[in-house]
Amino acid sequence: MRWAALAGVAVLLVLPAFLSSYATTILILIFFYGFLGQAWNVVGGYAGQLSAGHAAFVGIGGYTAALLSSELGLTPWLGMFVGAALATVLGAIIGYLGFRFGLRGFYFVLLTVAFGEVCRILVSNIDALGGALGLYITFTGNPRQFQFQDQRVYYYLALGFMLLATGVAAFIERRRFGMYLSAIREDETACEALGVNTFKYKMLAMLVSSFLTGLGGTFYAFYLFSLQPATVFGIPLSVEIIIRPVIGGAGTLFGPILGSFILTPLAEASRYYFGQSGLHGAHLIAYGTLLIAVVLFLPQGAYPYLRRLFAGRRQPAP
Amino acid sequence: MNSPPTLQAGQTLLLNIRGLSRRFGGLHAVKDLSFTVGEGEIVALIGPNGAGKTTAFALISGFLVPDAGEVTLRGRSLVGLAPHQVNALGLARTFQIMRPLPRLSVLRNVMIATLGRHADVATAEARARAVLAEVGLAARAETPAGSLTTAERKRLELARALGTEPALLLLDEVMSGLTESETVRIVELVRAINARGVAILLIEHVMRAVMSLAQRIVVLNYGERIAEGRPEVVARDPRVIEAYLGDEETSAAPA
Repeated sequence: MRWAALAGVAVLLVLPAFLSSYATTILILIFFYGFLGQAWNVVGGYAGQLSAGHAAFVGIGGYTAALLSSELGLTPWLGMFVGAALATVLGAIIGYLGFRFGLRGFYFVLLTVAFGEVCRILVSNIDALGGALGLYITFTGNPRQFQFQDQRVYYYLALGFMLLATGVAAFIERRRFGMYLSAIREDETACEALGVNTFKYKMLAMLVSSFLTGLGGTFYAFYLFSLQPATVFGIPLSVEIIIRPVIGGAGTLFGPILGSFILTPLAEASRYYFGQSGLHGAHLIAYGTLLIAVVLFLPQGAYPYLRRLFAGRRQPAP
Repeated sequence: MNSPPTLQAGQTLLLNIRGLSRRFGGLHAVKDLSFTVGEGEIVALIGPNGAGKTTAFALISGFLVPDAGEVTLRGRSLVGLAPHQVNALGLARTFQIMRPLPRLSVLRNVMIATLGRHADVATAEARARAVLAEVGLAARAETPAGSLTTAERKRLELARALGTEPALLLLDEVMSGLTESETVRIVELVRAINARGVAILLIEHVMRAVMSLAQRIVVLNYGERIAEGRPEVVARDPRVIEAYLGDEETSAAPA
C-alpha cells in the first residue's frame, strides 16, 4: 500500500509535463476537492460527525486572506493562516454547541447547515465584505500575492494541499486520537464507559478539520480570483466537499482522494455536456444517481471495496 | 428500616452509596438506596424486573445524575462526574444490552479501553491482547466485533471493562441468555478476575451464579433496598421471597 501510494505521488509529480492545459485544470480541481474532502474526513468520516456546513470554513478562510491582502497588503501566504485560524474559531463554536449539548445525527447536520447559512446571509449583507456581489481579486501574477502565470504552480500547490491533509489524516489514524475517533463513530456511549472523553476528541477533530478547510479558502480565492457568498458559503459547496469522501469511503485514508478522482471529472464532463445542451445544473442528477448507487451497492464507499478486490480476500477489520 | 450495611471484619471500604435517589416523573426508580462494596469483595444486586438495578448502575457510573444521595469510590465523590471521569477513577461497567463497536475488530474494541491507561499504541495493544487471552477471546482478536456470538459479546463487554484496569467492576447481567456451560465458564472467569483483587458488583438473574459468587447480596424492590446479607440468609428472608414469589403468584393467575 505504501509503495503504491509513493508510486502514485511520483506519477502525479511528473504528470504536468505531459498534460494539456484543460487536463491540468481538471487535476487541480481533483486535488483541491480531494484536499477539502480529506479535511472534512477528519471530523465527518473518522469521527462520524456529519458536518454539512464546511463551506463556511472555506468562505471564512478565503475572505480573510483576500481582504487582508487588498486592505492591509498582507501576503496571502500569511493571510492563509489567519483565515484558517478564524475558521477554527467558527469550528470551535459549532463544535462546542453541537457536542456539549449532545446533538447527534440529523440534529448536528442541521446545526452545521444553519451556521453555514447564517455566514452566507451575513456576508451577503455586509457591504464592507463586498455584499452579495462578493470580492474580485486583480490578477498580478505575483507569487507573493499567491498568483502564478504558470498554471502548473497551482497544480503543485493543490497537490501539496491534498498530500498535507492526507499526511495529517494518516498521522491521526495511527495514533490514539484516530482510534478514539473511529470508536466514537461506532458508539459514543460505549466509548464514555471505556474512559474516552468523547467531547474532547470530537472537539479536537472539529478544530483540525476546520483549520485545514480554512487553509483551502485561500487557494480557492487566489486560484479563481473571485469570491461570492452564494458559492463559497453555500450549501452546494458543502455538498461538493462531503460527497467525495462519502463516495470514496468516509473514514478511510484514501477514500476522499479516490472519491475526488471519480467525481470531479464526472462533474466537469456532465457540466460541460449538459451545459452545452442548455441543461444547467443537470450534473446534479449525475451526482444523485451515483450517490444512490453507492449507498445501495457500496455503503462503505468505493475504496474499501477496491481494497478487498485487490487483496482478493476479506480485509481484517481495523 | 434496615440496619446500616456493614463490611466484614478487616475489609476496607471501596464503594460507598448513601441515600441514592432518582425519579423519572412519577416513578421513583431508585429510592434512598444505601450500600457498600469493600475492596476485593463480590456483591450482587438482585431484585425483580423493574426494581431499579440498572438505574442504580447508571447513577453510580455517571450515566445518570442522582436527584439526591452520595456515591464515593475510595473516598472520592463520583456524583456529577462524566462517565469517562468515573472510569478514570477506577470504576468500569458493562452494559446489559451489549454495545460492541461493531465495525472495529475485537482487538481494537479492547484497545479503546486500554488506551486510556496506556497512551502508547504498542503498549495498549499488548495489554489488550493479554486481556483477550484472559477472557478466552484471543483467537477472535481480528474479527469485527459485530460478527461475534452472544456469548462472545458478553466476554468482549467483560474484556473491555477489564481493559480500563478498574478497582471495581460493575457487571450488568453478563450471564443472561447464556447456556448452562457458558454460564459456568463466565462464573469461573469472574472468580478469576476477583482473585486478582478486582472488586465486583453484579446485577444478575441467574440465581445459581449469584449464590455461588456473591459474598453479600443486596435486594432491591420498587427502587428500595428490602434486604441485605450473606446469600444463604437473604435466600430465606421472607421479604425477599415475597418480592419474588408475590410477583409470580399474580402473574400466574389465569388469564
